[in-house]
Amino acid sequence: MPDLAVIDHDPTADAAFLEKIADDCDRWTPLVALDGADGLVLDITGCAHLFGGEPDMRARLLAHLKAHDVGAIAVVAGTPDAARALARAGAGGIVPPGGEAAAVAGLPVARLDVDAEIVTGLSRAGLRTIGDLAARPPTPLAARFGMELLTRLARTLGREDVRIVPRRPLPAAIAERRFPEPIARAEDIEATLGLLADDLALMLEARGAGGRAFEASFFRADGAVRRLTVETARPSRDSRALRRLYRERLDALADPVDPGFGFDLVRLAVLRAEPLTPAQVSLDGRAVEEEEVAALIDRLAVRLGRARVLRFLERDTHDPERASVLVPAADPRVPRLASPHPPARAPALARPLTLFEPPQPVEALAEVPDGPPLRFRWRRVVHEVARAEGPERIAPEWWRDARPDGTPTRDYYRVENREGRRFWLFRAGLYERAGEGWHAGGWRERAGQASVGQASVATGWTEAPRWFLHGLFP
Amino acid sequence: MDTVSDIAALRRMLAGLEAERLPGAVSGFTLDMEGEAAPGVTLAHGALHEVQAVRAADLPAATGFALALALRAAAGERARPILWIRQDLADAELGRLDAPGLASLGLDPARLILVRAPDAGAVLRAAGDAVRCPGLGGLVIEPWGEPKALDLTATRRLSLRAASSGVTCFLLHAVARASPGAVATRWQVAPAASAPSALEQAAGAPGHPAFAVTLLRHRGGEGARPVEGGTWNLEWDHETCSFRDIATLPRAVVPVPAGRPAGTAAAGEGGGEVAALRRAG
Repeated sequence: MPDLAVIDHDPTADAAFLEKIADDCDRWTPLVALDGADGLVLDITGCAHLFGGEPDMRARLLAHLKAHDVGAIAVVAGTPDAARALARAGAGGIVPPGGEAAAVAGLPVARLDVDAEIVTGLSRAGLRTIGDLAARPPTPLAARFGMELLTRLARTLGREDVRIVPRRPLPAAIAERRFPEPIARAEDIEATLGLLADDLALMLEARGAGGRAFEASFFRADGAVRRLTVETARPSRDSRALRRLYRERLDALADPVDPGFGFDLVRLAVLRAEPLTPAQVSLDGRAVEEEEVAALIDRLAVRLGRARVLRFLERDTHDPERASVLVPAADPRVPRLASPHPPARAPALARPLTLFEPPQPVEALAEVPDGPPLRFRWRRVVHEVARAEGPERIAPEWWRDARPDGTPTRDYYRVENREGRRFWLFRAGLYERAGEGWHAGGWRERAGQASVGQASVATGWTEAPRWFLHGLFP
Repeated sequence: MDTVSDIAALRRMLAGLEAERLPGAVSGFTLDMEGEAAPGVTLAHGALHEVQAVRAADLPAATGFALALALRAAAGERARPILWIRQDLADAELGRLDAPGLASLGLDPARLILVRAPDAGAVLRAAGDAVRCPGLGGLVIEPWGEPKALDLTATRRLSLRAASSGVTCFLLHAVARASPGAVATRWQVAPAASAPSALEQAAGAPGHPAFAVTLLRHRGGEGARPVEGGTWNLEWDHETCSFRDIATLPRAVVPVPAGRPAGTAAAGEGGGEVAALRRAG
């Protein structure tokens, strides 16, 4: 056959394709689960009436998939296992409520999705169909093949129901608009989002909740789905603010939302909701100010990205590198801006305003090996040290450092050069000397030699200590 | 009647007129400097103040001074947050801001919101948004280098918005230049040798942060008292949240190396001399 094209099996591409179809199937129900490499399970409980009942829904789903060249077999049944067994057997259709046992009776036992040994064992015992199994008393079956078989059997026969595990978390609230004629213009999309935000605001208000994370999904007529997520610093149900955030988000997109042939479904969902009581305006207008700052943080975070609007999270540690960490302002761990903080407590020892990460190596020369530096060179400029404070010895946190050699202990110095610039320097490691006496001139000599690479082994001295610049004081 | 005094009189008159029309002039904050050399200069709330570093290497000092000014401006209102917009390049050059360091200067790190902007345009856009938010206690804008976008129009827009919202803004610059800009005050900052206490003096340790500041421009002036061009050596005290005047530089403590004239010892040219470290031995 000369025309036969041979293409290698590409499981990754297959999985990606299935994910795309699953995304598209979100339009029917928010509860979609993957089933193996080539199946999807949709929980349509309470959704079917929106599409004109189960038969209509099934027909529309199949027509929609067929419209973009996906062939499928669809079965509607009372339990996921019954539907799966029927679909895998190639039978489409709708199982009436309570009719699962009759529908699956003729299927081979392999459709129970149990181990191959059990299937072999069952066929050796002459039990070829699910109907055969169902007619048997359960106890001997359990004794012979284990409880797994019975559970599967009960689920497939519709005696026991099981919830599917959806691939996306179930949103707290959903508002959506469907369009018989797909929309494509940016103004229409924005206006639709505005309407959806109004709907959501009403829903959230009725529940006394506010959303912390929102997701807009744009379902294209050809099956592609684009999602845009927006997070807020505090629970919000202000539809105007939400509309503004989405306008920012759409403006900030590097690759704009491509409508293609148009969107036929736009959905706005609240991914995470939190209780929100109406704000009480205090006499000095403080609450209003806080709201405004929170709105500003949201706006900047949407435009620049969540990781660019930051606040400090302080940790109880002596390690200066870990003492503070910058986290997104929307992070729930940071204290609220308005909360009455204890007055700022300055650290006992002055700390630099800026820290280098990682510390920058400098060439330093000290008068005595465990003393402050006399001069050092950083970024090709030599600084003569006029004043120095230290050492402040900071040992690494050995209980969290997993490396076998560990980070060496650091001796920190606060130094000021002759122009008045202040630096935070440290010497890495303890300066060890092997027994013998020590004098300043000798060290200098050996430091010179160490750079040539001879002295350290011969005399037992450690090599010249390494110095780093860790921070700058104002 | 010579021309010089004429012009001086005219400038004073103009300064007086400007002061009347300057929106934020009703409320201001002082540096709380003590000593006769520097009676308090009043800075307007709800205005744009510019802080320049003399050289790029002086930027840490300018940063500290701008933050200290912001703390002075927000002295009465402890709970209001301070927003700091920083360009990414500043992080790369100077290191990231650190919470204990902020606390050392007297700012509660929980009050700071840090915005990192990828470029100067984003810095200005974020600043334009932030300056309209009256809930902020202060706004520090730190673009890197000399962005084209930061022209007279941009600074004028910022200061107008600051005036209507009442947010005091500080524009932090690495480059010293006399560019046109609609700023209320313009400061030029270099680090100064600190004035250690007696205890620190004995140990040879540096003291509080110290700045050598020059007031290049003061829109509105101080009435009859000329303050433009004034130079002070100031020390920041984080506990009282105020500046102190240090009159003279305690240069004497710096030992003059033998064999060199005293004048060259300070090596004031360009942030230290560029030279290889001499290896002894």
